[in-house]
Amino acid sequence: MAHPIFTPEHEELRRSIRAYVEKELRPHADEWEAAKDFPDSVFRRMGELGFLGLHFAVDDGGSGGDYLTMLVLAEEMARCGSGGVSMAISVQCEYVTPPIAKFGTAEQKARWLRPAIEGRRIGALGITEPGAGSDVAGITTRAERDGDGYVVNGAKTFITNGCRADFLLLVAKTDATQRHAGISLFLVDTDTPGFAVTRRLDKVGMWPSDTAELAFTDMRIPAENLLGEEGKGFHHVMWELQGERLSAAAGACAGAQITVDATAEFVKGRRAFGQRIADFQAVRHHLAECQTAIDAARALTYETAWRVQLGEYPVQAITEAKLLATRTHFQVADTCLQLHGGMGYMMEMPVQRAWRDSRLARIGAGADEVMLDAIAKSMGL
Amino acid sequence: MNVVVCVKQIPDPATPGELDASTKTLRRSGSIILDDSDAYGVEMGLQLADKAGGGEVILVSMAPNNENKGLRTALAMGAAKALLISDEALAGSDALSTAKVLAKAIERADADLILTATESTDGYTGTIPAQVAELLGLPMVTFAKHIEVDGDRVKVQRQTEAGYDEVESPLPAVVSVTAGVVEPRYPSFKGIMAAKGKPVDELKVADLGLDAGQVGWAGARQEIADVSAAEERKAGEIVEDEGDGAERIVAFLEQLKVI
Repeated sequence: MAHPIFTPEHEELRRSIRAYVEKELRPHADEWEAAKDFPDSVFRRMGELGFLGLHFAVDDGGSGGDYLTMLVLAEEMARCGSGGVSMAISVQCEYVTPPIAKFGTAEQKARWLRPAIEGRRIGALGITEPGAGSDVAGITTRAERDGDGYVVNGAKTFITNGCRADFLLLVAKTDATQRHAGISLFLVDTDTPGFAVTRRLDKVGMWPSDTAELAFTDMRIPAENLLGEEGKGFHHVMWELQGERLSAAAGACAGAQITVDATAEFVKGRRAFGQRIADFQAVRHHLAECQTAIDAARALTYETAWRVQLGEYPVQAITEAKLLATRTHFQVADTCLQLHGGMGYMMEMPVQRAWRDSRLARIGAGADEVMLDAIAKSMGL
Repeated sequence: MNVVVCVKQIPDPATPGELDASTKTLRRSGSIILDDSDAYGVEMGLQLADKAGGGEVILVSMAPNNENKGLRTALAMGAAKALLISDEALAGSDALSTAKVLAKAIERADADLILTATESTDGYTGTIPAQVAELLGLPMVTFAKHIEVDGDRVKVQRQTEAGYDEVESPLPAVVSVTAGVVEPRYPSFKGIMAAKGKPVDELKVADLGLDAGQVGWAGARQEIADVSAAEERKAGEIVEDEGDGAERIVAFLEQLKVI
């Protein structure tokens, strides 16, 4: 039975996304993992189906859905068999486009938001630098005012979609003397002179998604590419990360569930010492612990999502949900890999991919330690 | 061009169905969805109406308890409205009773073409399309793998074991479609929200001018004498190749009399 936070329309949407994922993504997962790439046409197809703009206003090219439609998308994308593909899609529709929808002018929306919702233009978000990750205020990429525009110099790293992107939502310092208050956002087309992809990075997991190192050398951008207010970039971008963190939590629970279900089937089929290994208490208790952990993480995620849906902005709960769900995902994958025995360590088994892919979520979009510190701060410590 | 599509709402095959031992029929209490095999007819209807430059797709369905979840899926795909016949008197209806009800409902829609699936995924009788055509006095083409409408005629490629026949019929006609006829669209969220506002006309047996004695248990001309569990599928035989693999495969195929 569907969870009470979801309406029949959410469930209908879920069926629709699931059918697409199972028919058009899942069959290609192994091929894309091996290629460490997947085609841009996935963005176009998902755009055509309206899945990249579920929660955006109809006037902006979206479907006019509520926040929970994004949760449904995150959960169903977990079934595509490749964390890299779902991450690339979530960057497009949860990291890059929401600030344009919220802070963009009509011209900016026409130029960057609508084509991104339609999947015709792929976006990337440029925050992390070689010298600044969790410490966002410590970035050093400079955007210096120069006549009717800005000149940008600096570098970014770990940029998902960075190699294939048509545009970048760039986070840069417009005032080097300030920390948070010196940060501004810019929309940058990647064919701008001075923009360069310097390296495609090789990762432990999330293989099909491309991860870039970028360099900006005297890159001139017109003033109309400034998104939102100058000096407000930190708040603009942190606001959206909250929604993204919560759907990452939902996606993590869904991914963990898939791994547990597959492992339950495996231990029922595998025999050792004359019986199914599912009949060994050590094995069944491990899986029972996994299921309990997932249900607890999902309960916190759904309760928090419901508060968001009602118009609250529960930062502490979102942070806790992201921390708990992504940790649970990795712990579950690790336990399940163990239950597969030697087969778990073989590249032919899906559990190894879940294990490698799920490791990232404890670092990306706010590392465990950053989450813990934010929670401690909310507690008044 | 108005296309009527007969659709069945069936228990979700993802949750294993159950037979009611006392009535020997399928329990319909769980989650109900649009029969996958009907999505092809809905898509075909939408494409034909679109190509004709006007008209709409009207759904006709018979289901217990005014169940309309499956209809919502087809409305989300783009169908304009639905006629839903739901009546306690319909419990126990056999294929012919169902066909009578569907035919009477179809008469209320001004249809140029009536599409059905080849058979339902839960019942598999496959007899309703022909019964509906007979009751309506309309020509019928089965197993369509391709449909084109040309003026007041429909041209169908009819799937056969060896290939396909090219069949033409005047309209209106009843055509049953195979899963290969078109690729059904995924309902978009906009379509899903729009479906909420689309009309589903709920009808009773009496509204159709039928007598309760003609349908349901009372009117059933077929009886389910017995139901029993299907034999469990046996595990296949694994042949280790010890240099004689090919001969053993040939021997196996000979034993099956396929070579």
